[in-house]
Amino acid sequence: MAPPTSPTGPSTDPSTCPAAAARIEVVDLTASYHGRPAVAGVNLKIEPRQVTALIGPSGSGKSTLLRCMNSMHLTVPGAGVTGSVLLDDVDIYTAKISPVEIRQRVGMVFQRPTPFPTMSIRDNVLAGLHLGRRLGRGSHDDLVEQALVRAGLWHEVKDRLKAPGGRLSGGQQQRLCIARALAVEPEILLMDEPCSALDPSATLTVEDLIKEIKQTYTVVIVTHNLQQAARVADTTAFLTVPAAGEPGRLVEVGPTERIFSTPRQQATEDYITGKAG
Amino acid sequence: MAAGPSTLPGRRSARRGLAVNAAVTAVLALAAVAAVALLLWVLAYVAGQGLRYLGPTFLTRTPPGDPAQAGGGFVNGIIGSVIIVGIATALSAPIGIAAAVHLAEYGGRLARAAGFLTDVLIGLPSIVTGAFVYALWVVNFGFSGLAGAAALFLVMLPLVIRATAEVLRLVPDDLREASLALGASHARTIVSIVLPTARSGITTGVLLAVARAVGETAPLLLTALGNDLFVETNPTHRMSTLSLQIFNNAVTGFRTAQARAWAGTLTLVLIVLAFSFGARLLGRRGIAHSAR
Ligand SMILES: Nc1ncnc2c1ncn2[C@@H]1O[C@H](COP(=O)(O)OP(=O)(O)OP(=O)(O)O)[C@@H](O)[C@H]1O
Ligand SMILES: [Mg+2]
Repeated sequence: MAPPTSPTGPSTDPSTCPAAAARIEVVDLTASYHGRPAVAGVNLKIEPRQVTALIGPSGSGKSTLLRCMNSMHLTVPGAGVTGSVLLDDVDIYTAKISPVEIRQRVGMVFQRPTPFPTMSIRDNVLAGLHLGRRLGRGSHDDLVEQALVRAGLWHEVKDRLKAPGGRLSGGQQQRLCIARALAVEPEILLMDEPCSALDPSATLTVEDLIKEIKQTYTVVIVTHNLQQAARVADTTAFLTVPAAGEPGRLVEVGPTERIFSTPRQQATEDYITGKAG
Repeated sequence: MAAGPSTLPGRRSARRGLAVNAAVTAVLALAAVAAVALLLWVLAYVAGQGLRYLGPTFLTRTPPGDPAQAGGGFVNGIIGSVIIVGIATALSAPIGIAAAVHLAEYGGRLARAAGFLTDVLIGLPSIVTGAFVYALWVVNFGFSGLAGAAALFLVMLPLVIRATAEVLRLVPDDLREASLALGASHARTIVSIVLPTARSGITTGVLLAVARAVGETAPLLLTALGNDLFVETNPTHRMSTLSLQIFNNAVTGFRTAQARAWAGTLTLVLIVLAFSFGARLLGRRGIAHSAR
């Protein structure tokens, strides 16, 4: 079991870490756009304090599945869901939880960095708290510092917190977005190809960060980069489109090492050895 | 260069292509030069005529009681323009921006209908707007600055809606998603993320609508009517505007009055240019800021 305090170093103060990482269970989930299923029949358990990677060819429904986990999917016009997503055993689609509350518990980081262009670095970090009206006026320096430290950005920006967030490099912007997501203190962090707009060294920085934050959060990451999945993920799930025009399916889930060394399904093996997708 | 007979036709057609290209480029450049020259000529002519009379008294005095007399100014028209356009802006900016938010951020059948109506209204000749306000308001309550403001409101509203909706569509969807993903509601996202990001673009749109309204004359003839005699600040009475005074003084036929009209024209051009330049500056800064 995980010890109560982080054994790997003093970088985070355990007393300020969020209470618990949550578990997600996806049960028989089908997500559709305009009545056409994009991904169907998914059953998947996502364990807390682990990194789960979703891999698979383009169009297999990785992003759609990920966006079902914080109900962002339903913000798309014409989108629909059947089945359930259990967040610590409570179904987010039938229980009376507002999407707003779900998204405060399940944070998300996107493929392209999206700092709010009208806000300073500091305001970007606090944006989630202000938008959710969970914070009064004030500078909240402690919250800003804590989130930026956790996102590994503090030392680079501590002297220019008032500069616009858009003035940072791409990798820094992405870490700013991670800080912004962490400041809300979610239990789960969803990441959709968070490194695909970054150069190799910024990618490594973000990967180190992911390994760091999984001590306290549940992380689900979509990636096209199989080495990345191998580097950061404890569990890997492979999705594919069985035949053109059909919805994406979850083919295989397992510990990352097992998936990459001895896949049980032919489709998985073809994909990771580069024969398909 | 030595060229075989087989390559000759190809080279000739290539040369012809170059010649056509050069000719087209020259014609296009000529058209651009002609257009710019014409505009500069108009501006220079207005400036030349206007500067002969424009002076401090023009901006501080009302016209003389007898239009044949020289001297006097358009201060009542300038004040009237500020009041009437001010009221029209105070109404059309918030209503127009709110309507544009509905159009661009909510969609649906109502939004599509409103978008179509906006386009129709933009194309409506402003004299029609004036006639409409005349029939509905002036016939019952008489000429007034408020009636003029109502007519200009109808001129400005579709311009504000169209400009704002267009700017809102330029705001990247990524930002809306990022805000929703942070747990913000749809309304909160619009107020705290979308509108601030589009702010300078929206201001540009409003400024351009103001510039357009300041120059409107036809709808005001049927509503505010004009008042050349004294400064009127009560918008429930008939009022002059800069554009109305230009018109009234120009049609008298007296050289003295026409001199005043030219000075008024120059003042109007300067005001419109100031708004247009302001809009341009803001627009340039805004797009660069929000898109990147
Ligand atoms: N907004 C949308 N409207 C309609 N169909 C969509 C929409 N977004 C995705 N789809 C469809 O859903 C299917 C799954 O798309 P999704 O984006 O989830 O795939 P993905 O695995 O994330 O692909 P990629 O690796 O290219 O990001 C695709 O067939 C796609 O065409
Ligand atoms: Mg995707």
